[in-house]
Amino acid sequence: MDATIGHAQAAQGVEFRLNGTVVVGRAGETILECARRHGIEIPHLCYSPRLRPDGNCRACVVEIAGERALSPSCCRAPAAGMAVETASERALAAQRMVLELLLADMPERRDVPQSELAHWARRLGVGAPRFGARAQPRADLSHPAIAVNLDACIQCTRCLRACREEQANDVIGYAGRGERAKIVFDFDDPMGESSCVACGECVEACPTGALAPARAAALAPVDRRVDSVCPYCGVGCQLTYHVDSKANAIRFVTGRDGPANRGRLCVKGRYGFDYVRHPQRLVKPLVRRPGVAKSADFSLRPGEWSSAFREASWEEALSLAAGGLARIRSEDRYALAGFGSAKGTNEEAYLFQKLVRTGFGTNHVDHCTRLCHASSVAALLEGIGSGAVSNPVRDALAAEVVFVIGANPTVNHPVAATWIKNAARRGTKLVVADPRRTELARHATHFLQFRPDTDVALLNAMLHVIVTEGLANEEFVRDRTSGYEALAENVKRFSPEAMAPICGIPAHTIREVARLYATSRASMILWGMGVSQHVHGTDNARCLIALALATGQIGRPGTGLHPLRGQNNVQGASDAGLIPMVFPDYQRVDDAEARARFEAFWGKALDPKPGLTVVEILDAAAEGRIRGMYIVGENPAMSDPDAAHARAALARLEHLVVQDIFLTETAYLADVVLPASAWPEKTGTVTNTDRTVQLGCKALEPPGEAKPDFWIIVEMAKRLGLAWNYTHPREVWEEMRRCMRSIAGISWERLEREGWAVYPCEREDEAGRAVVFTDRFPTQSGRGRFVPADLLFADERPDERYPMVLITGRQLEHWHTGAMTRRAGVLDALEPEPTCTLHPLDLDALGARAGELVTIASRRGTISLYARADVGTPRGCVFVPFAYYEAAANLLTNPKLDPWGKIPEFKYCAVRVTRGGTPPADPGYGKGRALAEIGA
Amino acid sequence: MRSDIRARFRTRGRTVDAAAQEEVRALLADAPRRRDLLIEHLHRIQDRYGHLASRHLLALAEEMRLSAAEVYEVATFYHHFDVVKEGDAPPPPLTVRVCDSLPCELAGARALAAELRARLGTVRVVCAPCVGRCAEAPVAVVHRNPIGEASADKVCAAVKEGRTECPLPDAVGYDAYRDTGGYRLLADCLSGARTREEVAKAVEESGLRGLGGAGFPAARKWRIVAAQPQPRLMAVNIDEGEPGTFKDRWFLERDPHRFLEGMLVAAWCVGAGAIYIYLRDEYHGCRALLERELERLRRDLPCALPPIELRRGAGAYICGEESAMIESIEGKRGMPRLRPPYVAEVGLFGRPTLEHNLETLYWVRDIVEKGPAWYAGHGRRGRRGLRGFSVSGRVRKPGVHVAPAGISARELIEEYCGGMREGHELYAYLPGGASGGILPASLADLPLDFDTLAPYGCFIGSAALIVLSTRDRAADAARNLMRFFRDESCGKCTPCRVGTAKALALLGSPPWDEPLLHELARTMQDASICGLGQAAPNPVLSVLRHFPHEVR
Repeated sequence: MDATIGHAQAAQGVEFRLNGTVVVGRAGETILECARRHGIEIPHLCYSPRLRPDGNCRACVVEIAGERALSPSCCRAPAAGMAVETASERALAAQRMVLELLLADMPERRDVPQSELAHWARRLGVGAPRFGARAQPRADLSHPAIAVNLDACIQCTRCLRACREEQANDVIGYAGRGERAKIVFDFDDPMGESSCVACGECVEACPTGALAPARAAALAPVDRRVDSVCPYCGVGCQLTYHVDSKANAIRFVTGRDGPANRGRLCVKGRYGFDYVRHPQRLVKPLVRRPGVAKSADFSLRPGEWSSAFREASWEEALSLAAGGLARIRSEDRYALAGFGSAKGTNEEAYLFQKLVRTGFGTNHVDHCTRLCHASSVAALLEGIGSGAVSNPVRDALAAEVVFVIGANPTVNHPVAATWIKNAARRGTKLVVADPRRTELARHATHFLQFRPDTDVALLNAMLHVIVTEGLANEEFVRDRTSGYEALAENVKRFSPEAMAPICGIPAHTIREVARLYATSRASMILWGMGVSQHVHGTDNARCLIALALATGQIGRPGTGLHPLRGQNNVQGASDAGLIPMVFPDYQRVDDAEARARFEAFWGKALDPKPGLTVVEILDAAAEGRIRGMYIVGENPAMSDPDAAHARAALARLEHLVVQDIFLTETAYLADVVLPASAWPEKTGTVTNTDRTVQLGCKALEPPGEAKPDFWIIVEMAKRLGLAWNYTHPREVWEEMRRCMRSIAGISWERLEREGWAVYPCEREDEAGRAVVFTDRFPTQSGRGRFVPADLLFADERPDERYPMVLITGRQLEHWHTGAMTRRAGVLDALEPEPTCTLHPLDLDALGARAGELVTIASRRGTISLYARADVGTPRGCVFVPFAYYEAAANLLTNPKLDPWGKIPEFKYCAVRVTRGGTPPADPGYGKGRALAEIGA
Repeated sequence: MRSDIRARFRTRGRTVDAAAQEEVRALLADAPRRRDLLIEHLHRIQDRYGHLASRHLLALAEEMRLSAAEVYEVATFYHHFDVVKEGDAPPPPLTVRVCDSLPCELAGARALAAELRARLGTVRVVCAPCVGRCAEAPVAVVHRNPIGEASADKVCAAVKEGRTECPLPDAVGYDAYRDTGGYRLLADCLSGARTREEVAKAVEESGLRGLGGAGFPAARKWRIVAAQPQPRLMAVNIDEGEPGTFKDRWFLERDPHRFLEGMLVAAWCVGAGAIYIYLRDEYHGCRALLERELERLRRDLPCALPPIELRRGAGAYICGEESAMIESIEGKRGMPRLRPPYVAEVGLFGRPTLEHNLETLYWVRDIVEKGPAWYAGHGRRGRRGLRGFSVSGRVRKPGVHVAPAGISARELIEEYCGGMREGHELYAYLPGGASGGILPASLADLPLDFDTLAPYGCFIGSAALIVLSTRDRAADAARNLMRFFRDESCGKCTPCRVGTAKALALLGSPPWDEPLLHELARTMQDASICGLGQAAPNPVLSVLRHFPHEVR
């Protein structure tokens, strides 16, 4: 039905008569929109500016001279000379009757303050309906986030269009026919049992409250709206908090028209904010009680912290925290290290790395980028001189071919996935390559379920086709790259026929996909941790870069390389220098010139030696070489590979300062715990996967004595001898602009005014460049560099004792180590328990059934959790989300590192799965009780 | 079950059953999994298993890479699909459908259904909208076998003897058609012996109009479509569902190739690259016939043919509406589209589409071969051409009567139908099936043709004349028809979806709420998306205008 819109858009600047006055309709405008622009309101219900007009409710019908019937103004474009009456006797009679017919079927009892039907009925003076009501359906309250009361449904299908055409989740259908036609979920199932992913788009679309936030959340008093950005994934959806100031609570959240989300949100961004009110929030500084030993095999009870800690004043806690670090520094500054956070703001990341570099005096500072895209960034820096994406995700809409590999964006980047799905629906060819068949595969024109660990085999075979079939872009290769001959020589050995038995994809499919990618008008590559988290992660990324360079599919809209960033601010934290080998803006610490610049800028001597990375730091701690750490907002006790080893390393530290909002598994091993603020409690900027800097504004007061991270870092710095006097993040941002060319043109005022800006943006009069590398690469020669890759295999492959492969990752509802989401009411209710996923036939082979306990053992640890069956999981593999303390996937993972990116091999290790096991313990949070604990 | 326990083992939504997946794969074999074939694939499952179990629906969704909702909403739209969810009992293996549309209701369909329910214990007896055999009312369909002039005894005998398939109609076959000069016209067209302009001009001069009901001049439609960009498509509407109408079936059962040749000539004339024939599911005999004859045609090509796909409806009156039919061919719910854009510009699969009713195409060969004057020479009272009138109700010889345009109802009854039935006196007639309104005997001398009845609030539509006698009440007819419209409304727009239901509720015992009915009717006419909702109040308005004594 795109044609309806197409027709409407065909009109360009036409003169027509609107209620007797000659007006000019703009190109693409409908009669309804044009009338609205001229101050004429026409009632409408099924129309929403964000959705494709459907013209079904008929409340907006108008009279067009010379036409037999009335016409829906939401779907009609004005034509030259047309005479339109929006409020003639005839038009008004129909508008009123439509409202009356719908009103007749409305329930009387419910008070929906925002009901658009009630609004228009009042406006048009429609009184009590003269018709009897329909037989009313029962309420469906099966979903923790959304109440379904179809007695208020007017069949306008706004929810359906939101679900299907915006989010492309395809859960909502319009079933049956005639007066029995109804909105359904899947097979008319209760919403809570359906495939609904709770993005909430339907609730936002519903004009009558038939779909509404559960527990009447939308009816709670709201006195303030605060604009911010979602704190979860790297997509960076803009949103608005609806705040009850008196209760210091966010009542609900709506999407905002940001560049990455255009109003869309996912379940976390819409329902994942009540963690800030969880009773386990840290509200006072804590100091470890003397004599309470630290041990790797602790059992965590965040609610019962007082056995290990005592409360302290800020003054005492800060001087203990800084004092301990200063003491170690005085003995050996290389024995200190800091982990910053990709969950904090750009300003906090910048200050933290500055604190380590100028306060500790070393480069031992890193953050979780090491665990997600370090290998991608290593390959990108080596190949094209920049670790950031070349094109925004929404460029998928401009692409002819989109190649997604090793990523599960419908789960991990849900709103980004909607653009990819939208593109596929519009005819973009979508190639999805992943060992697991995920939801995105349903939308793909080609789905390549290759064997885990064989990325290079598949990608080199594609390169082989491009090289041997003459599909390379000779001009691009000649003018903009170097090293092509070596690549061409290398991939000769990797014919699709030779690689097919290795990667499991038929040679003809590899050829077809390679041709498709190489020859399309615009091809774009997006990848995730399935590519990066291998010992050959850097090689995997090198192959992707080679694909883009060899075919010239980069530097134009709809092309390029996009490593989907995980954390909301992993891009910004990396840019800000929260990386051991580089200063802000990726200026190498071992580059004398760069170092001299920063020494002058910061007024301190700087260490020329690149620091240790995350896993290396913990290894050093285990060996006693690192003795003191300051960790802000990271949870390595959960997120690092071989977690028992990581916990032992943390436990061995002489002095550990942890700054966080909950008593995390890491904080439990601390000497001093500093209560920090959650994202809605502070102001600052974050940078999303598209290189867009976005401003988040404070909506809530931190609980108790909790403080903004910004303040805590400054106070720590002061106590470490730094003469800092920052009072507001804006001062830090302005300092960053002076040492980071990429953002030099983005003023704080602009961020306050516009809410966002994309970089590189070097001058204030510049808009910022969404698509980069258009004419050169930021390398010394300006050329992109091919780096050939050979077949390497996983460090630990299945054998007789450990015959299966463990793949770790995330699930839609839970963020990383679960500290936030397992304390968010709706998210915890949706996914309360640790689970793993196996192919049903593997489950059969174990003699186990879905819902039963299984035990997974690796050489490093053992966990027990509940099994789920999923035909999309490859045979011989088990998938485990790493969010659950009581069944922590990282107790099993292999800490072996990629030699270039230093990223551990989270995506592959050998395990043994057996039926049965001990039920997962209770970590003291989650388990489906957060709703009650928050008092929602 | 507590939600946290449930959450342990469920993946979100339903999980595909491996056995069901194998069954569906076996059933679909190597058939393409294209979206537009969804309804065809649903038929395969329904035919094989007698119903659509949710496990099969989910497996089909997986196989076609559709979501559960996308399959479910289509399956539940059509009457002939029985969706059975877990825990629900599947329907009995045999279903008898008793037609309860007006002509059959006049002939005692209600009593027949009641008696069959009592006598056929293990058989499902359901009432169904018009099955297109109104001359043989009442009609009951045993699985696929239509029993005309049905009595409970006849139906029970068919059930007992297992006579459940429709006998193949005795039609002029391919060879016979070619032996009498068939497909020579088409060959001439393709060889260049005739030009497109020449053929279009002949059709234009004949005055041939669309005989599905709207009466749009055929040649003008051809010229509009031919002027659109390629690729262009053609869709043929044999979803003859207007109660009282059965002429397309009648033409098809007698001389299918005359229609097919007309279709191919039209496709050639507008440059349509592929043809889709949409045949209502109720016409099982016609489907078997068309399948056979299309196969013969393909095997022995008289000349190069465009691809022809025969698509099967699934029980939905609304799919006779041209844009709803297109949605249905695309494998979707048969919900009409908004216009503009018109089907001729943006039709099937978004392409410019020539859509025609069967009878329109049926006349093409004769018009070109015999000359436009032959066709235009028929007619009375200044009207031109021939019409296949479907006549049912209280006449002696109901059936399809090919008669001149402009003939009056009284003439049609007297000259073609042998007059009124014994003991019946003309009281009223419906000139255009369920949609065309009701006229009193006092207006039985009006010319029956497009446009001529508009001043009386009526239209001829598909030329389905249902004759009522003084033993019948127009108000009863209006109630039957409004029930039909309520059941057949697609549910897309408010005036029709809610309006038909509210209107039916107002048609109780007299007095009717005339002002409210008028108000409601006006909005339905003015603001409904398609002809169904716009015409649905016609019978009611006719009663208020021509038979007020019945309802005051």
